[in-house]
Amino acid sequence: MTKHHVSTTINGEPAEFLCEPQQTLLDVLRDELNLTGSKEGCSSGDCGACSVIMDGRVACACLALGVEAEGRSIETIEGMAEGETLHPLQRLFLEEAALQCGYCTPGFLVAAKALLDRKPDPTETEVRFWLAGNLCRCTGYDKIVRAVLSAAAEMRG
Amino acid sequence: MNAMRYEAPGSIDEVVALLAAADGDSRILAGGTDLLVQMQSGFVKPGLIVDVKKIAEATTITAEDGGFRIGAAVCGAEIGEHADLKEAWPGVVEAAELIGSVQIQARASLGGNLCNASPAADSVPALIAAGAVCSIAGPKGRREVPVADIATGPGETSLGTGEVVVSIHLPAQSPRSGDAYLRFIPRTEMDIAVVGAAINLSLDENGQCSAARVVLGAVAPTALLVTEAADALIGGPVDDAALERLDAAARAACRPIDDKRGTADYRTKVSGVLARRAAGIALERARSNS
Repeated sequence: MTKHHVSTTINGEPAEFLCEPQQTLLDVLRDELNLTGSKEGCSSGDCGACSVIMDGRVACACLALGVEAEGRSIETIEGMAEGETLHPLQRLFLEEAALQCGYCTPGFLVAAKALLDRKPDPTETEVRFWLAGNLCRCTGYDKIVRAVLSAAAEMRG
Repeated sequence: MNAMRYEAPGSIDEVVALLAAADGDSRILAGGTDLLVQMQSGFVKPGLIVDVKKIAEATTITAEDGGFRIGAAVCGAEIGEHADLKEAWPGVVEAAELIGSVQIQARASLGGNLCNASPAADSVPALIAAGAVCSIAGPKGRREVPVADIATGPGETSLGTGEVVVSIHLPAQSPRSGDAYLRFIPRTEMDIAVVGAAINLSLDENGQCSAARVVLGAVAPTALLVTEAADALIGGPVDDAALERLDAAARAACRPIDDKRGTADYRTKVSGVLARRAAGIALERARSNS
């Protein structure tokens, strides 16, 4: 089977990879590029653990093919911190204990970042609806929602 | 998974040629939110996937004949962000936006929702109520087919071998008209319709209902265009008596199944309630659209 040669942008840097046509974007990120921050939960688009930002929109990497990354811009959890400095969302998730096992956390952070990128001052209801595609079985969501609102407030300054 | 080929051509002619030359199962990839789930579960094993997202007419919304042409692969989020489209056809837009999470909205399309042919597809009743028409390309050229004639049963469509839905045209909305779509789910988000109801109605200059289309989803193998329910509204005021007749006609048209989302009896009851409520919203919109 012929592998596809894909040229794309990941976390602002040009990237190239080879992939089989049936490999999902999540497979490629984790298995070919060693970007294992995006997690595999359901593989059916229900849990959001694999959330990435594709051309500015948050999407499930499990429901895209790796070849579809050609010519697109992909942002993953690995691109969220700047060097050693955590993104305010990451820091406030830690400070406000918005995670327990942590498996869903990268997906929540990426989805929350996509929200704050487009809406710096969301209401609690807007945060809850926006994050409806991310499942967490530990926290009960309240701490996550509060951390997102705290990060939004801090980022607005 | 078997050997699979992926192509992402730049024109519909190339899509048609690829489909014509393919042996075995071929699938169109728009947003992939149904197709990839079906592939991962082994439910489908396509030999060829044709991604239509590099084709302008499948991925853009354009004004046309007073209405709008929506590319079959335009994602739900983009539909929701289109202010003019939302103003003309708020019911269609709210139906498209109900599909899945924010993550799904970044990918899921009207063409995919239609051709996946789920009886519970949210956008389909609203499109049928609006009188939307598909542009289909295939080996014999182009043809125009009402959205109402695409799904023939769960997962089944009237598309011929090698045909693809390219775009969906919404006509100009009439004056003093409004559309609305409501679905019932036991949660607030991220679920599949137990019942869906779409209504598109017009008022005459005296506020009497002059035209209506009533479509129910998830209560039969395909979305149901219920002319008896429309007739319950047409020719008089949209008052309590008319809504009562609408409710009864909607219930009478249902042919639902029992499943984990609801019993047939429950779906039948809810269809009448949703039809009434959707009619109320469509009526308000028609009054403000004069």
